[in-house]
Amino acid sequence: MKKQLKIVVLAKQVPDTRNVGKDAMTPEGTVNRAALPAIFNPEDLNALELALRMKDRCEGATVHVLTMGPQRAADIVRDAMFRGADGGYLLSGREFAGSDTLATSYALSCALRRIAPDVIVAGRQAIDGDTAQVGPQVAEKLGLPQVTYAEEVLELKEESLVIRRRLDHGMEVVEAPVPMVMTVNASAAECRPRNARRIMKYKYALTASEAAAAPESENARMAASRDYLRIVEWGAADVDPDPQQLGLAGSPTKVKKIENVVFQAKEARKLTAADCDINELMVELIASHTLG
Amino acid sequence: MNNVFVYIELENGAIADVSLELLTKGRELADTLGVKLEAVAIGEGLAGLEKELARYGADTVWTADDPIFNPFRTLPHTAVMCGLIRREQPQIVLFGATPVGRDFAPRVSSALHSGLTADCTQLVIGDHADPKTGKGYTGLLYQIRPAFGGNIIATIVNPDHRPQMATVREGVMRKEAAAKPGAGEVKAIDWKEYVTDADLAVKILDRQIEERKIDIKGAGVIVAGGYGMGSKENFALVHELAEVLGAEVGASRAAVDAGFAEHARQIGQTGVTVRPKLFIACGISGQIQHTAGMDQSSMIISINTDPEAPINRIADYAITGDVNDVIPKMIKYYKQNSK
Repeated sequence: MKKQLKIVVLAKQVPDTRNVGKDAMTPEGTVNRAALPAIFNPEDLNALELALRMKDRCEGATVHVLTMGPQRAADIVRDAMFRGADGGYLLSGREFAGSDTLATSYALSCALRRIAPDVIVAGRQAIDGDTAQVGPQVAEKLGLPQVTYAEEVLELKEESLVIRRRLDHGMEVVEAPVPMVMTVNASAAECRPRNARRIMKYKYALTASEAAAAPESENARMAASRDYLRIVEWGAADVDPDPQQLGLAGSPTKVKKIENVVFQAKEARKLTAADCDINELMVELIASHTLG
Repeated sequence: MNNVFVYIELENGAIADVSLELLTKGRELADTLGVKLEAVAIGEGLAGLEKELARYGADTVWTADDPIFNPFRTLPHTAVMCGLIRREQPQIVLFGATPVGRDFAPRVSSALHSGLTADCTQLVIGDHADPKTGKGYTGLLYQIRPAFGGNIIATIVNPDHRPQMATVREGVMRKEAAAKPGAGEVKAIDWKEYVTDADLAVKILDRQIEERKIDIKGAGVIVAGGYGMGSKENFALVHELAEVLGAEVGASRAAVDAGFAEHARQIGQTGVTVRPKLFIACGISGQIQHTAGMDQSSMIISINTDPEAPINRIADYAITGDVNDVIPKMIKYYKQNSK
């Protein structure tokens, strides 16, 4: 690469779908995130690792994380900084609430226009929706080529990247020009762990809202005096969107109905080897589409 | 105009099963709506495919036939699909939820600003009233899919934007030749109007399709056996259940060390970490070294003679019983209920 490569990783804080309670959905059928434990979407961590490996090979390259979500999503930006990211952006605001994949992609693409990265890397899909749509939709909104299911960047060339991607029963090596969007598969390298020294350094990183909430705290004073501790926070107005394309209004798909199919009990349900127990279990697994 | 479109995916020149399954479903939807069913094939060497597509009900077969479309690349496919949809204005477009469909269908939806619902398990025509405005809609496509790690089933509609688009995984819909075959009239897509040089920017340098090998990492369902399976011969039961469920076979370290299974199947700290939607632990006690590699599974079923086995602490369903008794019953009742 002839220039200092600017990489942005799209990451999502997702509800841990293993621990879903009754209040997980709002009456409108959107996700009630406040009621669920939140984690770094697993494949976005693979994406972060792939980005960090590019940075390791390319002098002057930077890796920033961009996430859209509520204030607490700043946690995954900090987590990414502990693992090696240079910094991050939080896109947050009521205007984005209720977004489907298309409205999400639109909002992210507005923020990405402002950041203007050379390479955008995202996890293939998020575990709360499993749609795998946002990466390609962002690429289309920005008019960029896309490489999906990426596993490894084999070569960083002057104006392009050579990438190995996973297919159903095989692999493909493609060369794609920069700027571009890549989505990363779970089969790619796992993310490096948090680094103790980076935790000490970046644990003070805050968004403007977090700093404003506790202006006298040590963290806020640290963050105010050091640029690298500022997580950039943008609202809708900062990314110059068409309001019609944001949030619920900008979402062509509407949730008509939600049915809870599995009641997640905290205790294991105890079954015996009796025919009726096994039969009932199989019927349940088929009805919930866990099997078949 | 306003017909039902199905994207036809090709695998080494043959029509993918999922595309025929979608034609079967598309025929049903088109009949309900009183419109035509149209197949869209983009690839190379497509002549003759229309016969089979007609057998599954396609009234029209759109083709873009050129070496630039083979192997699949995102941008040329997207350009052709978007161009054709803008011209023909279908009301519904269906794609297989394959690596190809999941790659370019979102891109098409983004370009057309139309909704796309991924991995639908049911597609039904029905009416809809907007809960806020009270505005009524007739003949919408209900796109029904599990979400949230399979904890909910959501019905999605797309009231105001066209086309209504959905992807469906292979094997979810039934594949059946149409009672009355379609006309299968071939129409060539004027693709040169849609594809630009910029769409050819991504180059394929190498491509290798491998034999299917052990892939427990990517499996949606895993049946794993432990030392409690007793012997290598008994471990065959684990394979049998996995085969029936379309699952991969995993093993605990103790089972691998005892020679019941090959090392590539080992799950745990010193093996592979898996996160399937369903994990069935057969005769696995649940030592931390094993559970570290599978406790992120969406659902865990354990089969163990010991009701106090540690695995039961993380299991959603704990079956107390002998694997030699329980597994054959699972096979029997799965077969009985799935058809």
